[in-house]
Amino acid sequence: MLATKSNNSPFVLKPASVRSVMVRVLLALIPGVVAYVWLFGPAILVQIALASLTALAAEAIALHLRRKPVWLFISDGSALVTAWLIALSFPPIAPWWLVVLGTLFAIVVAKHLYGGLGQNPFNPAMVAFALMIVAYPLAMSQWPAPGGDFSQHLNAIFGHRQVDAMTMATPLDALRTALHSGATPAADSTNAWLWISLGYALGGLYLLQQRLITWHLPVAFLATLGLIASIACYADPVRFGSPVFHLFSGGAVLGAFFIITDPVSGCTTPRGKLIFATLAALLVWIIRTFGAYPDGVAFAVLLMNIAAPLIDMYTQPPVFGHKGKRTGGLS
Amino acid sequence: MLNKLFSFNGGVTPAYEKTRSAEGPILPVPLPAELVIPLHQHVGGPPRPVVQAGDRVTKGQRIGKADGNASATVHASTSGLVSAVEMRRMPHSSGLSALSVIIKPDGLDAWGTAKPLDLHTASPTEIRDHLMQMGVVGLGGAVFPTHLKIVPGQPKALETLVINGAECEPFITCDDLLMRQRADTVIAGVALMCQIMKPDRTLIGIEDNKPEAIRAMQQAIEAQHDKRLEVVSVPTRYPAGGAKQLIRVLTGIEVPHGERSTDYGVQCFNVGTAVAVHDAIKLGRPLVSRIVTVSGNVRRGGNYDVLIGTPMRDVVALSEAHADTNRYIMGGPMMGVVMPGMEVPVVKATNCILVGSPKMFPPPPPEMPCIRCGECAIACPADLQPFELYWFSRAKIFGKAQEYHLFDCIECGCCAYVCPSHIPLVDYYRFAKSEIWAREHEKEAADHARERYEFRQYREEREKEEKAARLAAKTAAGREKATAALAVAEQPDGSNNTAEKDAKKALIAAALARAKQQQEQAAAINTAAALSAEQQAEIAAIEARRAEIREVAKPHLPPDN
Repeated sequence: MLATKSNNSPFVLKPASVRSVMVRVLLALIPGVVAYVWLFGPAILVQIALASLTALAAEAIALHLRRKPVWLFISDGSALVTAWLIALSFPPIAPWWLVVLGTLFAIVVAKHLYGGLGQNPFNPAMVAFALMIVAYPLAMSQWPAPGGDFSQHLNAIFGHRQVDAMTMATPLDALRTALHSGATPAADSTNAWLWISLGYALGGLYLLQQRLITWHLPVAFLATLGLIASIACYADPVRFGSPVFHLFSGGAVLGAFFIITDPVSGCTTPRGKLIFATLAALLVWIIRTFGAYPDGVAFAVLLMNIAAPLIDMYTQPPVFGHKGKRTGGLS
Repeated sequence: MLNKLFSFNGGVTPAYEKTRSAEGPILPVPLPAELVIPLHQHVGGPPRPVVQAGDRVTKGQRIGKADGNASATVHASTSGLVSAVEMRRMPHSSGLSALSVIIKPDGLDAWGTAKPLDLHTASPTEIRDHLMQMGVVGLGGAVFPTHLKIVPGQPKALETLVINGAECEPFITCDDLLMRQRADTVIAGVALMCQIMKPDRTLIGIEDNKPEAIRAMQQAIEAQHDKRLEVVSVPTRYPAGGAKQLIRVLTGIEVPHGERSTDYGVQCFNVGTAVAVHDAIKLGRPLVSRIVTVSGNVRRGGNYDVLIGTPMRDVVALSEAHADTNRYIMGGPMMGVVMPGMEVPVVKATNCILVGSPKMFPPPPPEMPCIRCGECAIACPADLQPFELYWFSRAKIFGKAQEYHLFDCIECGCCAYVCPSHIPLVDYYRFAKSEIWAREHEKEAADHARERYEFRQYREEREKEEKAARLAAKTAAGREKATAALAVAEQPDGSNNTAEKDAKKALIAAALARAKQQQEQAAAINTAAALSAEQQAEIAAIEARRAEIREVAKPHLPPDN
């Protein structure tokens, strides 16, 4: 920060704050959460609560240790956004320690060890997801069937044993199985995820309307994923999933509107955003189709996070009066 | 409107607050107890004082002489007695002092002889010189000497003359009121500019939140049957009144940083400047007053016709500031600067005195880290990436900041206005710019020193060689002489000898006399006795100016002025 206390123009500020940005992102997640609860029961709310409490506690401790004003930063809402995104990308019936551990890692390591708000090169929620799916692949793959009994879910979250009977493969897992056995993915579950995806998309439209995100990232991401999936599916419908399936299962829509749009770890120039989203979608499809893990959004985003500064540097938009001339980080 | 309008990217729409001061007529200000007229009120070289304490001056009398071409003349704003020529605090955030002429008004406010200019007989040089003599500078806030922009008979034809009546800053209404209440004079001034510069078309851009001004200006044009002029209503969006932004909106041309708009066939003047041009040419009156908006934390905002040099406090008193007033801001809330005190004078750049209180302009909320949300990039009218500039400035990676076009930043404040993290972004850019300037100055100084050192080495080397050559020549000559003398001595007749000795003595005496004379002459040149009184005064003025500049420049680094 500058040594001088600001006594200079401008003397008026737009009523905006980091908190209001974060609160609107949380609001935008609500349609997706509502659909989630409606289709899979309230277990997801338990996960959201677990993640939120962990995130706030971890944030407070980290801020205290870093000698930062605790209330100022904890009330900015950024930890809650990370927490919600973690809860929404983890299985809703995952054991409680899974989401707690993931959130702890996201806040302490992925966020604060890198310098806190605004300084993290990687998306904290995706770091948590990637770490947990590598460390606990089994626990991270226990997805419930639509409907389901809440008490059973609670037992799965807080109980000591996994309740195998009520879990079922996610569409993405089913696809992987189908690739080997030739069976069709479970239509029931696909439909449920379609509704939840639509909920996220609705929230995404709200973010667009609020100008918190621009169209570049979600449009390029979803269009690319749809296009590649269409081409592959047209070439070999047995081997490759359909575009609808790719777009509406796993974290595609959540990722398109809420994950890759994280400005801290992503691209910020208009052209950079298009490149970032296109390459991320390509990676998602490749990892889903050929990789060892069912969903590729987390890995795709993390890989693209590394490339974001470089993409930004090479895609600086032309400056007033310099249109048509070469500009930006190229010297 | 037949004109196709263009738009610039970015911009913001803050609360305009124009109604606070836009009601009522432009009021006069009673003569203050003393006027403090700074000599340096414009971009360019500081003028030299041509009056001293005890002199009587008439209104409009020259008190500061333009120093070179890129300067402007300064005049007494009223008639009275010069009580002092001394350093006074300037209306600048630094709080530095500068040489000012202090005038005690005699209450008569009597003009000296007016010197109108006949455009039909005046040559282009005479027109420019006249405007310089009349102290006309840009009144939009930049105070750039107008005669440098009014260039008659340019090789490249002027396609568009843009007259700036946009007035996009919140609170400020001085141009609005000027256009509403003195539209005829504005149009007459614009017509004179047209006559001098002969543009293909003249567009008067006014933001559409000033319908009364637009109507008044259109009526004035109709009344004078001037087909060359056209009023264009432009969308209200800050900073539409920035010269480059207005040129873009009206013509679609983007003038890059560091280039002159005339090279693109466009020139832009403020409406207030048009009035000053009119007064200077038609009435022969120099620029001694301007319209100033007083707004903000006052009982009734308004506009005043203020003599240059009037203490700000005297002007604000007429609007009755509330008790919790804690500061004056010169300019608007987006780009204005905090005044070091309330006694500082109104100068040619003072378009508005914004009266502030902790309630009206509260200190910003605590600064949060940048989350790269990109709001600033959307708001930037120069199409910059302000957050990148922020990162580079903060990390002191100034080379990168320049690569990302730091110097294209016009410091309009849009980025800081929208920033959800309340980062004083413009402060960071000011900091980076001044650091870069300081480093360039240092480098220049180092280069100079190195050049001087290298030249000295070269000179010493050369002198050594020359000395050696001379010595060699001397030795050779001595040898020859010795040989010749030997030859003479060898001659049997000695009568020659004494005659030669006498001749030599005479030669030496003559040489001595010459040397003495030269010495005396040199001494005479360096003694004051040989200088005229005028020359002495000039030397003293130069010394004073140097001292002043040194003082001003020490903590402050005025880079491109």
